[in-house]
Amino acid sequence: MPQYLVAGYLPDDFDPSQADEATGRAIHALNKEMIAAGVRKFACGLGSAKSLRAQTDGRVLITDGPYLETKEHIGGFWILECADMDEALAWARKGVAATRGQVEVREIFFQPAPQEATK
Amino acid sequence: MTDIHKTIEAVWKIESTRLIAAIARVTRDIGIAEELAQDALVTALEVWPEEGIPNNPAAWLMTAAKRRALDSLRRARMLVQKHEEVARELDHQQQQLADALEHAWDQVIADDVLRLIFIACHPVLAVEGRIALTLRLICGLTTAEIARAFLVPEKTLGQRISRAKKTLLEARVPFETPCGDELRRRVESVLSVVYLIFNEGYTATSGEEWMRGALCHEALRLGRILAQLLPGESEVQALLALMELNASRTAARRGHNGEAVLLPDQDRTLWDGAQIQQGMSALDQAHRLGGGAGNYALQAAIVACHMRARTAEETDWERIVLLYDALMQTTPSPIVALNRAVAVGMAQGPAAGLDAVDAIATLGADSVLAGYHLLHSVRGDLLTKMGRFSEAREEIHRAITMTQNLREQELLTERLEQIEKATWGL
Repeated sequence: MPQYLVAGYLPDDFDPSQADEATGRAIHALNKEMIAAGVRKFACGLGSAKSLRAQTDGRVLITDGPYLETKEHIGGFWILECADMDEALAWARKGVAATRGQVEVREIFFQPAPQEATK
Repeated sequence: MTDIHKTIEAVWKIESTRLIAAIARVTRDIGIAEELAQDALVTALEVWPEEGIPNNPAAWLMTAAKRRALDSLRRARMLVQKHEEVARELDHQQQQLADALEHAWDQVIADDVLRLIFIACHPVLAVEGRIALTLRLICGLTTAEIARAFLVPEKTLGQRISRAKKTLLEARVPFETPCGDELRRRVESVLSVVYLIFNEGYTATSGEEWMRGALCHEALRLGRILAQLLPGESEVQALLALMELNASRTAARRGHNGEAVLLPDQDRTLWDGAQIQQGMSALDQAHRLGGGAGNYALQAAIVACHMRARTAEETDWERIVLLYDALMQTTPSPIVALNRAVAVGMAQGPAAGLDAVDAIATLGADSVLAGYHLLHSVRGDLLTKMGRFSEAREEIHRAITMTQNLREQELLTERLEQIEKATWGL
């Protein structure tokens, strides 16, 4: 059964303490619905990002903020198990309605781990 | 154009169950609820391609269903206009229905979906009717899809569904969650429907490949939904475990040319580790709930023994024999007895296995198995291992004439060739 990453984007200056209650309730309701439908594998919100990049001298530079300079960043994501991309998109559509934000959907590819790798 | 239809189909698939459940909460009749929901879908198929998908498709569908319900009441009102009293009664009903449907969507709870599942799998229905209704009402499959999955004409399946609805109406089946002993009995019926759907997808040898995959997927999803809705029922967890564990081998069950690969010959690195873990934890949960001796729990425990072995040789056959012994206590059947005999043959040697097979005959079950090709192929295998080649050959020949399945005939013919080689000491 294919799995999909459904990621929600938030504006960079988003302040979680200012999020309105209705949005919180809508997201909570959507989570419950996903669980009841047996599609939700995982869901989470994400804290602020720190980025690491390799310098030319080989050292690693750590900075605050996401790696890409954008106006939005990932605020959280779902991992859903769906029949196909169309179904994942239908759930993502509900994600847009609940979060009132932008949502991105990507299929997750699996390579079964060889037995040796798991030992 | 096709894209929007696929989108509508996907939206329908995730919203239809709750929609039907919400309407049924008011109408108390799932036949009417389903028709109203279908009408709403038809309206959506007309309107959405023109106006785009609404922001809240579920609420839109609910409103459309409500309009259809009021329309039909209004039509009834026109017919009785002359009889003032009846007309006033209908006006009242109309207002009540409108109000009730208005609130139904906000109130629809997980229990409504559970009630819908219990009704779709109601024991008053023929088993095939239960399967069709479940796939239609709970999984949101179309009549055409279900017909294709079960290789029956669409018309036949349509009739099957309307017959089932009629039966439910005539039997006045209440829209409620059963309780007490009745709950146990009804859960059993639901689980057997789910497992039949899974097996149809998992073991059927004909039919379209993708549709069979879809049946396994739907059964697994039903299993997960039930595990959420009935967290205290150990057999629900156990059936989920059984299905997850079996489904985890899907990638290893077919060779490069689409041929079946039997369990001992499978490449175990192709088994889906994450799904095995899900299955194992559902089985643990069944045990924690005290249901280790349940029918599905025992079957799942047997599969778990296979899944734990890193190679076929490492399989704990001793434990599998014990589990089959327990299964013979709870749900004895000739098939279980035959599987047990195979396990005995692996655990204690072919002679013990052959004794176990022949003991089935003394149980009086041989008549059931007489026409069953696996009985003879199992005997053939055990006799081969004991070096009694000519008897083995006879058994395998008999098995070949008894199965219609080409793939099984191929496998048995291969077996015959191996016996020939063994006979000549090759």
